[in-house]
Amino acid sequence: MKPEDRPFIPIRPLPAGVDDPGRRRFLHLMAASLALAGAGCSGPPPEHILPYVKMPEGVLPGQPAFYATTLVRQGYGQGVLVESNLGRPTKVEGNPLHPASRGATDVFSQAALLQFWDPDRSQAPWQGGQLASWPEADATLLDWGAALARDGGAGLRILTGTMTSATWLDQWRSLGKRFPGARWHRYDPLHDDGALRAAELAFRRPVDMLLHLERARVVVSLDADFLGQGPAAVAHARDFAATRSDPARPTRLYALEVVPGLPGANADERLGLPPPRLEALVWRLAARLGVDGAESLAPDSGTAAWEEALAAALRAHRGESLLVAGPTLSPPTRALVHVLNQELGNLGRTVDLIAPVEFEPGSHGDSLAALCEDMREGRVDTLLILGGNPVYDAPGGLDFAAALAGVPRTVHAGLYRDETARRCAWHLPLAHDLERWGDARGFDGTVSLVQPLIRPLYGARSPREILAMLGAEERESDYDALRRVVGGRLPGRGENPEAAWQRCLQEGQVAGSASAPLRLPAAARPRPPDFGPRLLTAVFLPDAAVDDGAFANNAWLQELPRPLTKLTWDNAALLAPATARALGLENGDEVELSAAGHRVRAPVWVLPGQAEETVGIPLGYGRRDAGRVGNGVGFDGYRLRSGAGVTAPVGLKPTGGRHDFACTQAGDSMEGRPLARHATAAEAQAGKAGPHRKEPRDSLYPAYSYPDYAWAMAIDLNACIGCGACTIACQAENNIPVVGREEVMKGRQMHWIRVDRYRTEAGAVLFQPVPCMHCENAPCEAVCPVGATVHDSEGLNVQVYNRCIGTRYCSNNCPYKVRRFNFLQYADNDEESLKAGRNPEVTVRRRGVMEKCNYCLQRITRARLAAEKEGRSISDGEVVTACEAVCPTRAIVFGNLNDPASRVNRAKASPLDYALLEELNTRPRTTYRIRITNPDPALGGNGKGGGGGE
Amino acid sequence: MASRTQPPVSRDIGVLKAGWRYASISDKIADTVLSRPTGWPGWLLFLATFAGTLAFFGATAWLFAVGVGIWGVNIPVAWGYAIGNFVWWIGIGHAGTFISAVLYLLRQRWRTSINRFAESMTLFAAGIAGLFPILHLGRPWFFYWLIPYPDVMNVWPQWRSPLVWDFFAIATYLTVSLLFWYVGLIPDLATLRDRAATPFKRYAYGLAALGWRGEARHWARYEHAYLLLAGLATPLVVLVHSVVSLDFAVGNTPGYHSTIFPPYFVAGALFSGFAMVLTLAIPLRRFFGLEDFITGKHLEYAAKVVLATSWIVLYSYGAEIFTAFYSGDEFEVAIVMDRWTGAYAPVYWAMLACNVGVPQLLWWRRVRRSVPALFVISLLVNLGMWMERFLIVVSSLHHDFMPSAWGMFYPTFWDWAFLFGSIAFFVWLFLVFLRLLPAISIAEMRLLVRESAEEGR
Repeated sequence: MKPEDRPFIPIRPLPAGVDDPGRRRFLHLMAASLALAGAGCSGPPPEHILPYVKMPEGVLPGQPAFYATTLVRQGYGQGVLVESNLGRPTKVEGNPLHPASRGATDVFSQAALLQFWDPDRSQAPWQGGQLASWPEADATLLDWGAALARDGGAGLRILTGTMTSATWLDQWRSLGKRFPGARWHRYDPLHDDGALRAAELAFRRPVDMLLHLERARVVVSLDADFLGQGPAAVAHARDFAATRSDPARPTRLYALEVVPGLPGANADERLGLPPPRLEALVWRLAARLGVDGAESLAPDSGTAAWEEALAAALRAHRGESLLVAGPTLSPPTRALVHVLNQELGNLGRTVDLIAPVEFEPGSHGDSLAALCEDMREGRVDTLLILGGNPVYDAPGGLDFAAALAGVPRTVHAGLYRDETARRCAWHLPLAHDLERWGDARGFDGTVSLVQPLIRPLYGARSPREILAMLGAEERESDYDALRRVVGGRLPGRGENPEAAWQRCLQEGQVAGSASAPLRLPAAARPRPPDFGPRLLTAVFLPDAAVDDGAFANNAWLQELPRPLTKLTWDNAALLAPATARALGLENGDEVELSAAGHRVRAPVWVLPGQAEETVGIPLGYGRRDAGRVGNGVGFDGYRLRSGAGVTAPVGLKPTGGRHDFACTQAGDSMEGRPLARHATAAEAQAGKAGPHRKEPRDSLYPAYSYPDYAWAMAIDLNACIGCGACTIACQAENNIPVVGREEVMKGRQMHWIRVDRYRTEAGAVLFQPVPCMHCENAPCEAVCPVGATVHDSEGLNVQVYNRCIGTRYCSNNCPYKVRRFNFLQYADNDEESLKAGRNPEVTVRRRGVMEKCNYCLQRITRARLAAEKEGRSISDGEVVTACEAVCPTRAIVFGNLNDPASRVNRAKASPLDYALLEELNTRPRTTYRIRITNPDPALGGNGKGGGGGE
Repeated sequence: MASRTQPPVSRDIGVLKAGWRYASISDKIADTVLSRPTGWPGWLLFLATFAGTLAFFGATAWLFAVGVGIWGVNIPVAWGYAIGNFVWWIGIGHAGTFISAVLYLLRQRWRTSINRFAESMTLFAAGIAGLFPILHLGRPWFFYWLIPYPDVMNVWPQWRSPLVWDFFAIATYLTVSLLFWYVGLIPDLATLRDRAATPFKRYAYGLAALGWRGEARHWARYEHAYLLLAGLATPLVVLVHSVVSLDFAVGNTPGYHSTIFPPYFVAGALFSGFAMVLTLAIPLRRFFGLEDFITGKHLEYAAKVVLATSWIVLYSYGAEIFTAFYSGDEFEVAIVMDRWTGAYAPVYWAMLACNVGVPQLLWWRRVRRSVPALFVISLLVNLGMWMERFLIVVSSLHHDFMPSAWGMFYPTFWDWAFLFGSIAFFVWLFLVFLRLLPAISIAEMRLLVRESAEEGR
């Protein structure tokens, strides 16, 4: 054989003993193998490895691109900008133009990124317990659609969550032409049905409330967690922080709470009251303010001072006050709050009423109950569940699963193959918001656009595409539908429609589409409700981390310390200290809760400040089919609900069992140390709140010089509400691994920025975010034997991962304990999808190395490159750390100390600025601004911040 | 030299009983190594400690495979048993050099019959101690980055770090101790070479004896070398533990940051070292019938050192408490209060009982002369000193500056495996030493025989 005749791959003869299959049989076998390989799953999408002939515009390797889109949670949209690195979404930032974001996001939007990349997401259709394919699903649903069309879709029911999408409404209406008998049910487990009923009572029509906290000087929160829950929480937080930034215009937040939440933690005065006493207080307050109908109530000596103080404050601030009531209050009482706001002249000033943002608003509890009734009566033959998980989160009293079993044709479309998916005939993977076109409205009605960042990872389809599988109507792509429905009615005046549409896509929203305030007649006087007997009351509330359970499989959120309890990986039956004492219970004791015919075992957590005779039950736990992360975490509170109400009488019986919690901060006390400093407004005005800065003492080692930049951070404790968004944003930005429940129990959580929570002796809560202090005289640097943690030329204290050998001496020597160590291999190197979602600019750390906050060094570098290309220096505000960017209250400011005009220098010039543990002479670059509270002298404002009260 | 025709016979001088000659001394000591059968208790102990040694290395393999997360260490308590064990072992490794070098320079005769095994104890303890900082690393395979070796990246250790000083101190101490021990062994190795029955043993001991023939020239050089090494080793006794203490004292953690640490650690080291000498000497003399060489006098002297050092240790505890309250530093006060009443308070009070309370029994001569009592006391002191190391390392870290970051350390199975595994490894090494090398210096004992005989004249 000549060399050029030789095959490229040498052919070796078959070894003896192996039958030559022959060419035809070989091809048969190959074909069969290929067919088998393809039968199991649909396989990865075809990928072509071709070089670019022409570079696509905007895709530059190493240069991230940002796209405006919308993340939808419980029907409402939060506008976000999503960072894309070579086509992979890697970080969520707020959209400064969007009213629900204003540049910041909540923890859920941050964690949506991990949800998108979650390897446990549903990846293929399932039929019964078997994997199926999309063509099979298409054929089945088409058949069902044809069968349904024969009787006008009389047996067709569609169950969704809250819907604010115009394209959905459009599709539903066109579906109605083909299936006039079809019904649409809505169920979100924590939908505020009571607000709608209250609006009906007061105004005979449903309304949504828009709060303008920034215009209010006296805010009275009646168990309304406007800072922590709901689609407007981020906007509220921003406005709320704005009211506190101006010392010349003191404001006061009075929080009356059942289960402590963020408003109480940030209040100037707070009081914990069980729901009946809280309601009675509102009615007596109304009587004091001259609203008729409440005079007959017996006085409550425990709250008389509060009523008087509130009445005085509200009377003194007509038109500048605001009352807001939460879902634990009965609809008549909430209607009374509407009346009070109107009487006080707040309507149109501090609060606007708008037409409901949700389409076809109504009680979700009633809607689901009606569906269950229909299912039991056999009136449903086809049920489409689009994006909910009612088998898990329907009230235990409804027994949705049993009703569902009687429906012959059921389809569930969801992100996960969850509890509902496993009980439906078909499960179809639903596209994530980052991989579909669509729309949703913000809390104020702003139409927001959902744009895909990436093709669906697992071939999932959008709700619209799934609904379209039923019908023979013309297939219109999601984009075309969006362009037609939303793009067709842009409010643009005389603008080129195409240009206007492009601008909407760029902004991620339709500017100016917010709902206009309604002009309503005087509210009707509601009749006082029956306040009910004083029984042990369960209060169901969304969890600060997993929400209603939809985020249960999100490890970032599971490991996020809940703001007030600092628990991770768990929920607990929350009890007031007095109630727990009376029952002889302490943290970790197990109790059996009984309600709605169900018994649930739950561990107890004693929460200071909670109302007596109540049990706070965070929902969203006890999932059975959430995924590898969320299964079996905590207990399922939904089973204790008899309906969609958020309060219910509950029985409680200690079982004698014990439960260990993974809590990141055990104690409440600062041990008398001035860590999270606080003062009253009066003290601040008298100059007693500062200055705190002392002259630094000399160090043994020579000082560094910083000719170019000197980075520093200032954190405003007065603005921080303790939401924890910074922790999650940092986790997403810096590829911080989760460690799991057992490791958190050992004290090995990895968060680079933690939010400390303290309680004063008076019971007031103080939050303090603690990132690395980047000390000028850094104790960590001196003790590292290999120089793995070093001072850089801009004052950063940087950690050199590949030099670190893991002596952990630096952590011992860090007085702030901000260093985190990879005790084990925490970073997941196996899951491909998790790898794809990581920030390519940040090293993934291996086991045995120390890590910590580095002021988002990669962002500084990016800004430096941009500035150097243009031959200028980095300007103020150009480097925004992840925590600073996400903070809803703008509590964190980062910048250059060498720039006298920088925001961070202005913040540090304040007499209220102080350094943590300054006496150690570490000279931190991160400093704090002291928290100023404004207690009401009428309530014995003792200068210690908000009162405790149980 | 005494008369060749009439070899001297020892008199009872307290540290040596009467009736021993050059030959009988050599017979008695070499017998342990060369001819005495091991017997079943010996084998049992050997196998048990060998199993423990295997467990220690098995645990090390698991540690390297999985990471230091198998221990109970965390943030804030980033140092745990590994560092506590390190300091404890280093402390134990102190008495040997103190006995052989310092007492040699001070011409204390009672060192003669205990210096050899005490030095061996030092070597083994310091060697094991040296392992722990390496095991403790997150990435132990890079431990050599502490060495200033030339490399193309021009990366050096970070000289401000006490861990670098520590590395040099321990390495120096181990080297000098080894040399000192070996030089002292040379005449005895020659004796064993001459008495060995099998060719292999003759070769092995002969090689190790470096051609020693007992010439006057050899003896002269040997004496010089030994004296010089004793002079070198003496400052190291003080230095090593002082440097180890700087690992803590340089840190700013309350409970670490204290100028009293260097003398405190040295005293504590002698305290635990002499306790360990007693722990080893008592079974040793009984097992091999060496009561004539390691006499009650030896035990009593060692007990007196333990008593004296226990008072230095007590003074140090007191000084720490005093400075905390005298300075008024709220963090120092808090850590003292935490030791008294906090989560680890039982350990603190048990430590005080073992280190301060129990040694006071040694004021009584009857206790000092009761061998079982001394044995129990020595074990309790060892336990107490381990608890002291644990408290310094762990209790200081668990409640430092920020209450929000306070935590607890709970030892895991692996923490205990490394502690008990290292003890088994230590005993195993000691057993091997007893069967391979003379536990008491033959040459120096012969000298003592002559001295005692001459004193009687």
